[in-house]
Amino acid sequence: MFDFISFIPRAVVQGIPLLLGSTGETLTEKSGNLNLGIPGVMYVGAICGVIGSFFYEQSHPGDAFQPLVGILIPLCCCLIGSLLMGLLYCFLTVTLRANQNVTGLAITTFGVGFGNFFGGSLIKLSGSSLPSIILTPTSNAFRRSLPLSPALAGSWFGKLFLSYGFLAYIAVIIALTAAYVLSRTRTGLHLRAVGESPNTADAAGINVARYKYAATCLGSVIAGLGGLYYVMDYASGVWTNDAFGDRGWLAIALVIFTIWRPNVGVLASFLFGGLYILHMYIPSGMNLAIKEIYKMAPYVVTIIVLIITSMRNKREDQPPASLGLAYFREER
Amino acid sequence: MNNKTREPLFHIAKRAALPWYRTWAIRGGALVLALIVCALITTLVTGENPLQVYVAIFKGSFGTSRKVWVLLQNVAMLLCVSLAVTPAFRMRCWNLGGEGQALIGGLAAAACMILLPGKLPNWAVIVCMTVSSILAGAVWAGIPALFKARWNTNETLFTLMMNYVATQLVAYYCVVWESPKGSGNIGIINPNTQIGWFPQIGSYKYLLNILIVAAVCVAMYIYLNFSKHGYEIAVVGESERTARYVGIKVDRVIIRTMLLSGAVCGLAGLLLVGSTNHTLTPTIVDGRGFTAVMVSWLAKFNPVWMILTSFLLVFLSRGAGEIATRFSLNQSFGDILTGVILFFIIGSEFFINYRIIFRRPAGKED
Repeated sequence: MFDFISFIPRAVVQGIPLLLGSTGETLTEKSGNLNLGIPGVMYVGAICGVIGSFFYEQSHPGDAFQPLVGILIPLCCCLIGSLLMGLLYCFLTVTLRANQNVTGLAITTFGVGFGNFFGGSLIKLSGSSLPSIILTPTSNAFRRSLPLSPALAGSWFGKLFLSYGFLAYIAVIIALTAAYVLSRTRTGLHLRAVGESPNTADAAGINVARYKYAATCLGSVIAGLGGLYYVMDYASGVWTNDAFGDRGWLAIALVIFTIWRPNVGVLASFLFGGLYILHMYIPSGMNLAIKEIYKMAPYVVTIIVLIITSMRNKREDQPPASLGLAYFREER
Repeated sequence: MNNKTREPLFHIAKRAALPWYRTWAIRGGALVLALIVCALITTLVTGENPLQVYVAIFKGSFGTSRKVWVLLQNVAMLLCVSLAVTPAFRMRCWNLGGEGQALIGGLAAAACMILLPGKLPNWAVIVCMTVSSILAGAVWAGIPALFKARWNTNETLFTLMMNYVATQLVAYYCVVWESPKGSGNIGIINPNTQIGWFPQIGSYKYLLNILIVAAVCVAMYIYLNFSKHGYEIAVVGESERTARYVGIKVDRVIIRTMLLSGAVCGLAGLLLVGSTNHTLTPTIVDGRGFTAVMVSWLAKFNPVWMILTSFLLVFLSRGAGEIATRFSLNQSFGDILTGVILFFIIGSEFFINYRIIFRRPAGKED
């Protein structure tokens, strides 16, 4: 019998970084910026959090460690790091009108390199004597779940819904808020107008550059949180180079899969998380090779969704019309 | 002028085409600035004299004749993938799937090397490898192209996803064909018989690759600039409506160009497996499919300039690798430097295409 009670929480934990990444990317894409730098931004967010908490743990060992400060410092570092990456992307693509694909790929190269470099050299650079980066106290602070009675925590309800760290709930709240803002508020309407037709939005008096900047920077910050969640909660505060893997690209795939709707993203990200770890749960016996085929699932599913949405050609399912194009007022 | 409307401090206008020496002066300036920033970063991290750092970069690329050959070989492989994606880019069709297309080409080549010996003579195996890997690459690019042409499916995202499907497919076959059993990787294929290994020219292991890629480069330059197909690609890229109006079959051009793009990627995979590494791993293409996008764009999609830009990127990454080893830093240091340099060059394009016009001082009107 397939063990859903243990499978679903693990799928959720896998899905949360994807959810944060895809919510951030959806906001970005709604403003017409195709930020292929999201994988890099998530790396930067994660490593900035690691650097922050590494130095805090070094200076406050043992009982001097305050859980609240231990959460706030990495959180702030992560937000600042990913905000800077978002600003860099915006400056290049919005102000300097550079090609978005090239800029995004450069951000990814830089971000992944940045993460792996500091992840690998932080100990040497700071001259400490630790063998590897293991941030157990910080991770424990991040992973602390609700104080429940043992009976509730042990029941299926507790395991499925109440067993996660606080960032997981924040991720869901962010996604639902983003969905609400995009579809129900004037700000969201303006943002969608900027992404669909910046000319029209400009003519209507909407400040196109400001919306693009705001949406892309906010999107980067949210995506950076995904990286932080991965390293602090999922990986228990242990940094391993390249462990984050291709999750950044999967987050971009998820944006397509949810047809640009963050509220759909909540369940879709858990589904993706499930597909990502499916190969560990399907009994394959001695046939190890078949596991590699199962790992293909999220990408194949995304391709199918991409094809179906383009075939059905419904207007509300399409990517933002000016996605990937720089806006210059004098050009037509 | 109405006193209530305030003229902004500056405004931006599109420039007419600059003479080539000024555009390259701007790019050169950006590169110099980037190198200064990189030197600053390196000095901050290692505490070394920046001049010594650049000496180390230079030595990392040109230190010994072996290093020069490795450098040239890497330039050739990166250039090959860049040449492959260029026709699609000229058509404004963003083929980000170079990675997957090259991998599939490599997979097809490896399949021939593993399955055919004993059934066919060596020369026939090599012919099979060449044909099948070029076909495999073309098919891998043809699938997104078909959907792009028929239903306007977003090719950027489609090709991007195809990369990972290819990676997993290769990972699957790496386990299926693993040798020795249980190692999870293929190892050197046919180490004793050397069946399917490309012939070596003299004592130069990499010369064949370099010559093939040089030939592809010249052919691509001629194809893009002097053939009817190349002209059609340029028209479709500039304006699809114009292309349709003058009677170019846009669907056909898209599919044909993507097939070509994939075929050359497949060739890159073939060279990697058949001629350079004689093995197959899921990471054999080493991100070249993505770096190629930047190489091609930096060179303004011109095959001849691409020799220069791919050389620049390989030179930097090998040099940064040398710094990393010398100062026992992490190898990823190279990616940081590459990223910084790319940011500067990407930013410099703005000053080539646009100019900033400052507000004239009050009272001066022309």
